[in-house]
Amino acid sequence: MVPSDYAIFTDHLTRSYDGRRVVDDLNLAIPRGSVYGLLGRNGAGKSTTIKMLTGMVQPDSGDAWLLGENVVGMTPQHRERVAYIAENHPLYGWMTVRESVAFARSFQTRWNQSLVEMILDHLEVPQRRKLSQLSNGQRAQVSLAIALAPEPELLILDDPTLGLDTVVRRDFLESMIEVIHESGRTIVLSSHILMDIDRIADRVGIMVKGRLVVDCPTDHFRSSVRRVVASFSGDAPDCSGLPGVINARVTRGQLELIVVGFSEELEQAFCSLNIRNVDAQELNLEDAFIEFTRGSRRSLPPFSMEPVYA
Amino acid sequence: MDVQVDVSSRVPIYRQVCDQIRLAIAQGKLQPNDKLSSVRELSRQIVVNPNTIARVYTELEREGILNTRPGLGVFVAEPRSDLTKKARREKLMEQLNAFLSGAVHLGLTQDEVLKAFEEQMKKFQWKG
Repeated sequence: MVPSDYAIFTDHLTRSYDGRRVVDDLNLAIPRGSVYGLLGRNGAGKSTTIKMLTGMVQPDSGDAWLLGENVVGMTPQHRERVAYIAENHPLYGWMTVRESVAFARSFQTRWNQSLVEMILDHLEVPQRRKLSQLSNGQRAQVSLAIALAPEPELLILDDPTLGLDTVVRRDFLESMIEVIHESGRTIVLSSHILMDIDRIADRVGIMVKGRLVVDCPTDHFRSSVRRVVASFSGDAPDCSGLPGVINARVTRGQLELIVVGFSEELEQAFCSLNIRNVDAQELNLEDAFIEFTRGSRRSLPPFSMEPVYA
Repeated sequence: MDVQVDVSSRVPIYRQVCDQIRLAIAQGKLQPNDKLSSVRELSRQIVVNPNTIARVYTELEREGILNTRPGLGVFVAEPRSDLTKKARREKLMEQLNAFLSGAVHLGLTQDEVLKAFEEQMKKFQWKG
């Protein structure tokens, strides 16, 4: 594996705070041209990962490459090909929109001003207004316009729709779709809004306690996690050790299991345990994520990372 | 055509769009040689990753429902079937059995199912 084949590549990236491994032996390999949703509960290590990728936090060990260049010692010319939008869109409130665009421009050699004007006009962001007077949604759009102006090959967004209302979030997503239309560009975003991820991400990575436990196409993840409802006779069977079962409970005389990767092996196990009327339902992305990451104390089963096409 | 995406549904977005296009064609809302929205247009319209739409078109093309005319766009294909009469009948029986067992498990009567079936059939565009 050559790091330059990937937009982002990390090798055993690790970082601890107060003796706790916040990011633990992380191996990311994000293909160029993909839209990658980095998911995880609060404290799973998403933001620390993004900060290590952008060089704002030093890893304790391990390496990271962006567009084939090691983050350590990256030249300004190379860094220009990467744009980063921080959580909550931090911009100086006392600047006007026009001033903050000019301010950002002064750090760049490549700058597509007509693109900035187009985005701001299209979204009717008043350029003379101070940033402190803008809504959260308008601030998000300004930071997106600034991030896109150097026409980056890689765009990293840390929870860009946090705190935006439903309508503004949709506007932001529509802008993101436009960005995706620029082929060849890679977008990595973290989010808690799984429905947004479902719309725009090709691939998802899920972090649990600093580790990457899922890394695959979005549809593959969602179709792998299933809720199985079945009936049984006699005492409730113990399903905890069965292949792929990550949660089991009995409600109203019915057995309810959460299964990752419904296998023939599992079906045979059901037969021998006298479990019948097995109904395996697919879940939406949000439910699949909740069921998969809930109760992270137990170890998660090995997740087949890539779909196997017959 | 009007495509709706329900992100809270258990059905993946990809399959929702496939199903809706198949249905629109079967009901005659889209006719052979009608042009579909481009990948970009549809992606914008329903706010979904263009790769997902491209996958839908590829899949429907593979099924022979759509065809791409290079430089012109994606069109509804002329209806055709490579299957023999016997094979088509077998496929129909397979689908009917699945449908009927579903109806029985819902606890419906024969009359109710027949009535609903006839009602629904009128909404589709049939051959000949």
